[in-house]
Amino acid sequence: MPTNTQNPVTRFLEGAGHGAAGFVETFGYYGVLIGESLFWLIAGPVLKQPVRAGAVFVQMMEIGVHAIPIVALLGGAIGVMLAIQGIHTLSIFGAESKVVIGISLSMTREFAPLITGILVAGRSGSALAARLGTMKISQEIDALTVMGINPVRHLVVPAFLALAVMVPALTFFSDIVGLWAGGLYVGADLGISMAAYVDQVIEILAVEDLLHGIWKSLIFAVLIAVIGVANGVRVTGGSEGVGRVTTRAVVQSITAIVITDMIFAFLATR
Amino acid sequence: MNQEPGNPAPANLPANIIEVRGLVAHYGSRIILKGVSLDLRDGEIMVIMGGSGSGKSTLLRHLMALENRTSGDIRILGHDTAALGVKDMFELRKKMGVAFQGGALFSSLTVGENIMLPLYEHTKLDLKTMEIMSRMKLEVVDLAGFEDLMPSELSGGMIKRVAFARAIVMDPKILFCDEPSAGLDPVVSSALDDLILLLRDAMGMSIAVVTHELDSAFKIADRITVLDHGEILFIGTPQELRKDPSERIQNLLNRRTEEEAVDIDEYLNRLTGESFNENAVL
Repeated sequence: MPTNTQNPVTRFLEGAGHGAAGFVETFGYYGVLIGESLFWLIAGPVLKQPVRAGAVFVQMMEIGVHAIPIVALLGGAIGVMLAIQGIHTLSIFGAESKVVIGISLSMTREFAPLITGILVAGRSGSALAARLGTMKISQEIDALTVMGINPVRHLVVPAFLALAVMVPALTFFSDIVGLWAGGLYVGADLGISMAAYVDQVIEILAVEDLLHGIWKSLIFAVLIAVIGVANGVRVTGGSEGVGRVTTRAVVQSITAIVITDMIFAFLATR
Repeated sequence: MNQEPGNPAPANLPANIIEVRGLVAHYGSRIILKGVSLDLRDGEIMVIMGGSGSGKSTLLRHLMALENRTSGDIRILGHDTAALGVKDMFELRKKMGVAFQGGALFSSLTVGENIMLPLYEHTKLDLKTMEIMSRMKLEVVDLAGFEDLMPSELSGGMIKRVAFARAIVMDPKILFCDEPSAGLDPVVSSALDDLILLLRDAMGMSIAVVTHELDSAFKIADRITVLDHGEILFIGTPQELRKDPSERIQNLLNRRTEEEAVDIDEYLNRLTGESFNENAVL
C-alpha cells in the first residue's frame, strides 16, 4: 500500500505503470468487445441466440431517425458557414466563384462526417453509456446473464449495428443538407442559380470524395459504440458513477473522432 | 453441530444440485472467499448468512456462475462451470433463476414483458401462450392484473415479487434469492418467505437464499451456512445452529457485536494514514 513516506520517483513510476496498464487494458477491452459483437452477430443464429431485428430497429430509430432534425440544422449551418467563410477568404484574391470547390470538398470529406460523429457521440454515445451503466448498477446485466441472455448480444450488438448503419446514413444526409444550404447562400450572395450550383458540385465531386466521408463516419460509429459500451459496463460508484462514465464517454468519443479525422486527413492527402 | 463442509452427502440424502469445493475468490488483491466448500441439495432451501463483508454476496455470484474464481471447483447440476462451452452454459442457465435484491427489472419493459423476456428468448411459444404463462406466474406471486404497469409504478415489495415471477417463469431447477427481505416491512417480508417455501414445495426447486434477516432464515431454511470473513463458520440445520456453542455463532444469533483485539500500531496507522512504526523510527 502506498504511504506518504514513499519515494516520489517510486510513486511517479508506480503511477505511470498503472496508467500504462490501464491504457493497454482499455484497448484490449475494446478489441474484445468488437470481437464478441462480431461473434454474436455471426454465431448467434447458430447458437439459437440471434440478434433481434426489433431491437436493432428501435436503436436505429433512436440513433438515426430522431437525430434527423438536429443533423439537418447543424449540416445546414455548416454549409452556410463554409459559404460565408469561403466567399470572404476568396474575395481577397477575387476568386469568389471558386467557393463551390471549397464547400463541396470540405462538406463531404470533412465537415459532414465530423459534425455528425460529434453530434451522435453527444446524443447516442452518452445515452448508451448511461443506459448500460444504470443497468449494470441495478444488476439488470447480471439478471440477463443468469437468464441465459448474453448482454453483448442483447444490448451491445443492436446499438453497434444501428450506429454502423445510421452514422454513415446521417453523414450522407448531412452532405446533402450542407451542400444545399451552402448553395442557397452562394445563390443569394453571388447570384449563382441553384441549378448552376448543383452542376458545379456534381462536376467537382468524385464518388471517392463522398465515400471518403462515409467510410470515415463508419469508423466514428465504431468508436462511439465501443467507447460508450466500455464506459457504461465498467461503471462503479452508483448514480454518481453513471454521470461520470457518461461524461467520460462523450469526451473520449469526441477526442477519438477528432484525432481519427486528423489521421485520415493526413493519410488521404499524402 | 458443525457439519464438515465439503463431505459427500450420505446415501439417504438427496443428490447435490450445486457442489462447491475449495472456492477461493479475489477482488483485485483482496481475498474475499478463502476456500469455501458447500453443497446445495436437491429440493432444499439453503440460507447463506453472514455480516457485511463476510463474502456471502460474492459466494452467491459464484454459485450463479457470474464471477471467475481464483481456484476451487463449482459444479452445477454436475457440470463444471469453468469448463462449459457457450452453448452448454446457455442450456444450464435455462435451469437457473434469480431474484436480485433490487429486483433488477428492466425499466423500459412492462411487468408482463419483463416476465415474458426469458420465454421470448429461449422458447418458440406464441405471444398469447407467453402472456398466459406470465399471468400464471403473476398469480403465483399474488400480483394478477399488474402486467401492464411499468416497474417504476410498483412498490418495493411488488418489485421483488415481480422479480420472483420472472425468475420462475422458465420453471428453473435452481433459484437464487439475494436479500429477499431487505428493506421490506415485516408483513411483506413474511409473505415473500411463504412464497419461497411454496416454490420449494410446489415446484420442487432447490433454492439458495442470501439474507441477514435471522427470523426469515429460521423460517425458510432447511440448512443454514454462516460465512465469516470469507470462511464457513457453520453449515447445518436451523436447530443445529441454535444449539451451536461457538461464541461467534451465538453473537450472530443474539445480535451482539464482537469485541476484536485492537492492535495499537494498526489503529494509529489507520488514523494517521501513515506507517506509525516507520515514523517512530524516523
